[in-house]
Amino acid sequence: MQRRRIAGIAAAAVTLSLAMTACGSSGGSGSGDGDSKTVTVVYQKTASFTQLDDVLTKAKGEYESAHPGMKVELKPIESEADQYFTKLALMNKSKDTAPDVIYEDSFQVRSDAAAGYLAPMDEQLKGWSDWSQFDDTAKQAGLGDDGKTYGVSMGTDTRAIYYNKTLFAQAGLPTDWKPKTWDDVLTAARAVKEKVPGVIPLNIYGSKAGGEQTSMQGFEMLMYGTKDPLYDTSSKKWLTGSKGFGDSLGFYKTVFSEGLGPSQDVALDSTLGSQISTTLIPQGKVAMAIDGSWLPGQWLKGDNAWPQWQETMGFAPMPTQDGSAPGSTSMSGGWLLSVGANAPDKQAAFDFVSTALNKENALKYGTEASQIAVRKDVATDPAYLSYNPSFEFFSSLVPVTHFRPATPDYSQISSNIQVAVESVVTGSSSPADAAKAYDEALVGIVGKDNTQAAS
Amino acid sequence: MTVSTLELDSSAPRGSSAPLRPRGRGKDAARTAGRLLPLTPAIALMGVFLAGPIGYALYGSLTNATLSGYRAVNPDFVGIDNYTRLLSSGAFWQSALLTLVFVLTSAVIGQNALGMFLAVLIEKAPKPVSGVVGALVVGAWVMPEIVAAFALYAFFSTNGTLNAVLQLFGGSSVTWLISFPLLAVILANIWRGTAFSMMVYGAALAEVPPEVHEAAQIDGAGPLQRFFRITLPMVRRAVATNMMLVTLQTLGVFTLIWVMTAGGPGTRSTTLPLLAFQEAFKLSQVGYGTAIATVTLMVGAIFAVVYVKVLKPEVD
Repeated sequence: MQRRRIAGIAAAAVTLSLAMTACGSSGGSGSGDGDSKTVTVVYQKTASFTQLDDVLTKAKGEYESAHPGMKVELKPIESEADQYFTKLALMNKSKDTAPDVIYEDSFQVRSDAAAGYLAPMDEQLKGWSDWSQFDDTAKQAGLGDDGKTYGVSMGTDTRAIYYNKTLFAQAGLPTDWKPKTWDDVLTAARAVKEKVPGVIPLNIYGSKAGGEQTSMQGFEMLMYGTKDPLYDTSSKKWLTGSKGFGDSLGFYKTVFSEGLGPSQDVALDSTLGSQISTTLIPQGKVAMAIDGSWLPGQWLKGDNAWPQWQETMGFAPMPTQDGSAPGSTSMSGGWLLSVGANAPDKQAAFDFVSTALNKENALKYGTEASQIAVRKDVATDPAYLSYNPSFEFFSSLVPVTHFRPATPDYSQISSNIQVAVESVVTGSSSPADAAKAYDEALVGIVGKDNTQAAS
Repeated sequence: MTVSTLELDSSAPRGSSAPLRPRGRGKDAARTAGRLLPLTPAIALMGVFLAGPIGYALYGSLTNATLSGYRAVNPDFVGIDNYTRLLSSGAFWQSALLTLVFVLTSAVIGQNALGMFLAVLIEKAPKPVSGVVGALVVGAWVMPEIVAAFALYAFFSTNGTLNAVLQLFGGSSVTWLISFPLLAVILANIWRGTAFSMMVYGAALAEVPPEVHEAAQIDGAGPLQRFFRITLPMVRRAVATNMMLVTLQTLGVFTLIWVMTAGGPGTRSTTLPLLAFQEAFKLSQVGYGTAIATVTLMVGAIFAVVYVKVLKPEVD
């Protein structure tokens, strides 16, 4: 009797789990169901990033009234960037779920174009009068390996150090601070740690969970301030065993072993990016943060409005390792709108992209999301220039900025950079061991022929 | 009776001139075929939905497929490259070791022993006590894995319940998920899975005839002696089944660890399922990730075979 009951429970459990699996697999389908009357748009949305959602909702209304009979289906993916990439790649893998219009990070364009997820837009761009307004760097960002254009840039960005002037004053540091070397940054962090207890002296992203923000706002802001690159553009080979790589990891080791960064549970949290911009900085819990130009966009209006930011926060360019020319460094990326390769009506998808990025909408997005404008007519518009006092500073970094080596392998290599950084941050590897593990992984990804030893 | 059935099943016409023995063999084959016939839909379904994906995964693990880039569309067949790379990778061996520790401590020792302990306790306890304990333990099991994972994250996190209680008693707060990630997920898995073992053993214990115990008691056996000499041998089959189920279940635990520690900090709680996920979806190396998943599958099979051999469920 008892045994039979157990068997019954087990059978029920198995049936239930099978049923749930079945639901799980069917749940994903039905988005891009080949309906040529509906344009599906997939993009990212988080608690602190709603500006894109606003612009696309506006564009949806405009597009639908201009194209009677057509519908736009907005499908925001509510997750941090790293999970967004994974979900997007999985959606793109199947024709049934591949979206028609895709919000795409510039570093993923070549990779996704090579995978056949994106459709070239050259034909449609020829007939778009606004295309001449986009500057050349922005056009470069959408190029695939085959020289075709796979995306229209929505804006670009730069990165620098945000510092809290109030906390700096308490630590006895100048409020018009301008560090010249990495050591200057560390010295300031040590002063904050000593004189202002209870705050994070310096935030630099250092976790795998942080994804691309760890590579870009974190590691590469250091690496591109050393004398070694990640990738040799002339020989088209990736570098192994470079001093700059080890030194950058060494900076992380100093920050986290001396307690100058966030505590481990904060540093490894996947939502750290949102926490920094929406709570930790506004609450005065962070003295310095290496972060992107889009942060003030969240403080200007909306749920995370913080009117005092202009008096409180200062900006300093990220110095090079030892102050050598040009003295400071930055990284630039930016996002694009692309047309999916499986879109049944590519012209309709492109029409939506051009609506979303016409001058009016580009101005709305550029100002509200604190983007560095890529349309010349927006960049010179008085409404844009006067909107946000941080634009002038972050635009001034464009001459010293760098772009990531956007080969189709970059996203995998970037993931291994994150692994190396996290292992140093958590103290499970020394910088030398982590750099060695990165070199091995690099060879595994691109093959021995595509690497060279740093000189 | 049997003969008539045989005659009915026979496809050969009566009075056929065929020799007797081959005719009998033909009858056997026909009978087997007749018995297999109703099973064919089930076998076909198993083939399509079980063997098919496993075979496809095996094939996938022999390619260098990725999530994006050129090799997402045109993966190369690389033979056993993924496996040789796996076996020479420190991360894999570390992960395999963590998996072994996780399975041994949380399933084989934790869930299994604690489940047995609770089952014995409940059997002896007065009705209301056993009812309450049973409900509490089963409650943990009934919770969907993701809900349980959130609950345990809230319990162990730095601002969580455990630290709040510790501080109440004057202790200092500990970063459990950072300093002791493996211990935290082991305890979580024990908490979540013990109910299953408890129910299996509860049912098995109820089958042990009380007379045997009474006889042993009269002969002067103490409670421990009675448990190890009488109860345990008599529920041996249940132990074997339970060990196998619990081990295989724990080997596949993903959600719990992913929510609580995401395999971190660093790789300190990255078991094989997490490593497979990370390689496939974070580092976008789907082929290599599949190879890890395949190895996990084989580890599970080895465990199953060992249990069946060692704790051979004898018919009593």
